[in-house]
Amino acid sequence: MQIEPRENISPWRVIFAPIAAIIIAFILCAFLIAWTGEPILESYGYLFKGAFGSRFALSETLNRATPLIFTGLAAAVAFRAKFWNIGAEGQLYFGALAATILGTGAITLPPLLMIPFLFVAGAVAGGLALLGPVFLKTTLKVDEVVTTLLLNFVILLFVNFLLEGPLKDPMSLGWPQAASIIDEGVLPELMARTRLHIGFAIALGASIFIWALMRYTIWGYEIRAVGANPNAAKFSGISINKTVFLVAMLSGGLAGMAGITETAGTKGYLTLDLSPGFGYSGIAVAMLANLNPLGVVISAVFLAGIYVGADSMSRAVNIPTYIADVLVALSVLSVLVSLLFVQFRVRWR
Amino acid sequence: MANLKISNVTKKFGPLTANDNVSLEVSEGEVVALLGENGAGKTTLMNILFGHYVADEGEVEIDGIKLPAGSTDAAIRAGLGMVHQHFTLAENMSVLENIMLGTESLWSLKSTVARSRRKLENLSNEYNLHVDPDAGISELSVGERQRVEILKVLYRGARILILDEPTAVLTPAETDQLLANLKMMVAKGMSIIFISHKLHEVLAISDRVTVLRHGAMVGEIETRNADKAILAEMMVGRKVTRPKAEVMEPGSIVLELENINVAGKDKATDLLSNVSLNIRESEIVAIAGVAGNGQRELAELLSGLRPWDSGEFKYRGEVVSKADANEFLKMGFGRIPEDRHHTGTVGEMSVWENLLSENLRKSPFWKFGTLIDFSAHRKKAAELIEQFDIRCSSMDTPARLLSGGNMQKLILARTLTADPKFVLANQPVRGLDEGAIAFVHEQLLAARTNGAGILLISEDLDEIFSIADRVGVIYHGHISQLLNVRKTDIQQIGAMMGGDMKAVA
Repeated sequence: MQIEPRENISPWRVIFAPIAAIIIAFILCAFLIAWTGEPILESYGYLFKGAFGSRFALSETLNRATPLIFTGLAAAVAFRAKFWNIGAEGQLYFGALAATILGTGAITLPPLLMIPFLFVAGAVAGGLALLGPVFLKTTLKVDEVVTTLLLNFVILLFVNFLLEGPLKDPMSLGWPQAASIIDEGVLPELMARTRLHIGFAIALGASIFIWALMRYTIWGYEIRAVGANPNAAKFSGISINKTVFLVAMLSGGLAGMAGITETAGTKGYLTLDLSPGFGYSGIAVAMLANLNPLGVVISAVFLAGIYVGADSMSRAVNIPTYIADVLVALSVLSVLVSLLFVQFRVRWR
Repeated sequence: MANLKISNVTKKFGPLTANDNVSLEVSEGEVVALLGENGAGKTTLMNILFGHYVADEGEVEIDGIKLPAGSTDAAIRAGLGMVHQHFTLAENMSVLENIMLGTESLWSLKSTVARSRRKLENLSNEYNLHVDPDAGISELSVGERQRVEILKVLYRGARILILDEPTAVLTPAETDQLLANLKMMVAKGMSIIFISHKLHEVLAISDRVTVLRHGAMVGEIETRNADKAILAEMMVGRKVTRPKAEVMEPGSIVLELENINVAGKDKATDLLSNVSLNIRESEIVAIAGVAGNGQRELAELLSGLRPWDSGEFKYRGEVVSKADANEFLKMGFGRIPEDRHHTGTVGEMSVWENLLSENLRKSPFWKFGTLIDFSAHRKKAAELIEQFDIRCSSMDTPARLLSGGNMQKLILARTLTADPKFVLANQPVRGLDEGAIAFVHEQLLAARTNGAGILLISEDLDEIFSIADRVGVIYHGHISQLLNVRKTDIQQIGAMMGGDMKAVA
């Protein structure tokens, strides 16, 4: 068996391969469903209906997709430059902290200013959360995978401390939660009588913005060049450290905005279970999208659909919601393998 | 009687035919040179012979017995031995250990050091390949290392020796020594396949020359009936003449280094020590030397990638205070890096994006702050692709799909279109075929005519003597006084490359 690179990569293959991979993931997962003794097609039917089958289901899926788009973009931008930011979870909480500190009465602006203000504050906070790892990487060459990953736990414990102490809402009857975001800062709903809020529209805007930035600007050029070949980038006069810093601020900023959509949108206040791992799922989202900022939207909606649909499936038939994690993991693996087949061919003999 | 017989071998990689119906015979005591440009299929053929690849069609016979396809082990047992271009020695082990490596039985508890040592000494004496069996590889010179590689192959009982570009890393004197050794081995009945694209070596050593072009055999000629011109034409498929520099009156000094020192990591040794040189307008100054004597550091220094510890760096009369690639580019430096893939291009990015990489922040190619001006850049890229004859299916092709020659044309186009006042050309023709070499030299000479001062770092003395005006030799981080190329000769420079700086008369 030999693996040889393909000379010409047809666009059809690029589109078809991930779809085939996801079908394969569903087929593999069907074995697990069969094991539980539930009917396979019917179960998948519940999953699909639960994710996209009604106005409410769709609104829930898109609502769930909103933070995933932001964390997916955070990973996509960083990974494009080979800056391995695994800390989107912590940066998300930093964004949420900014929303809590500034948006629960400390500053009051009309909604038209308050909401953008919160997003900017969240982005700055998310970026700040990455300052340490970036500094350690550019000066001492400390591996950012380790620092960003470990910082997640530090930040989570810090948030825990704040929620039990200084930021605890006295009106919360003892629950560790912060005060609610003031009305001016709450994200208005996008679809009447659902939880879907304008955070989703902002996420779409962000993905288009990042796509254009990567493609049409000098910054995007430098980020791609540093990621693909840092030696050549340096040779042509691009500062690696500056580019890494820029990427970190973009990535942290995007992850911080996910904290805003959750505190000021979906939930209304900060708790310790604000994110069920959105930061980590963002990595899967970015990988599924092959780091394409527009693809991130599609893969975030897909992932959100699986999670929301699996909840609904578990209520209809006797399959635990953990099947969603299996399905997502299998999808990511098979898409990664399929992307390999896009670039290489296998010759058997 | 034919010792080795390759018949009708065809090997395809997707749409590319690397070997097309190639046949080759080597008899006992014969030296056959395999000549061809890069990408002509020489290495693929040898890899098939050696069992690294399996041919789609055709077979290999040794002494009339067919070799099983895809078995390196069988090839070695049948008496094939290959000396690779890049040495495969364990640096931290001794010569004897390297030679024994892989030959001892895994199940035997007794080591056979004494027996191996005797065998090695016998081989050394028989073939006049002397090297201390207890020396560590890291202490050896490149020529000695190559001797170890050859001994390693002989130790395993090779009767047919394949040498892949064996002289690429040797000084002229070491090359002469190698050729003498090979002649002696042939006299004792060895057969040799000598892979090269250096014509004079092929003429000096071989009995017969087989020429490959685009994977196919284009001809076979008895060496005594051949000369350089005939071989070059067979290899390239058309008449190619490398350009020669015409005498020009140089102008004022463009770049001057005075007593530049660059310390090594441990601060004890200098990578560059007391380097002084100057380059004038309309002049090509060459730095000759065996690889690893400070060329990389000098190139990085002049590319703005490496700071210096002391000394004065002057560009057009003004002192340059620090290394800064971006600043150097703005001042009018052009740089052709040594490694096209590693530093010259971003393989994943398209041809047009690579063409603009050094012009990112120069007007008129950017507007509105940070937006890239797509239409202007693509128009410029189209012009450059046309002007420099960069062969690619479109300007959106990823640069990694270009051939070496086209990649070098891309780098030349990017560098020379900025109209540099100083050009650093580090091994600009390494690994290129004759056609591309002629093109690169023409472009460098054209830049010289336009008034650029050019520093050419090269290990190829033919190149230096055909286009340079002055030449210095770099040895252990020192650079000799610059000599007029027209008043020196290859022997003198060759001696200096070996460290005999007294040859500077």
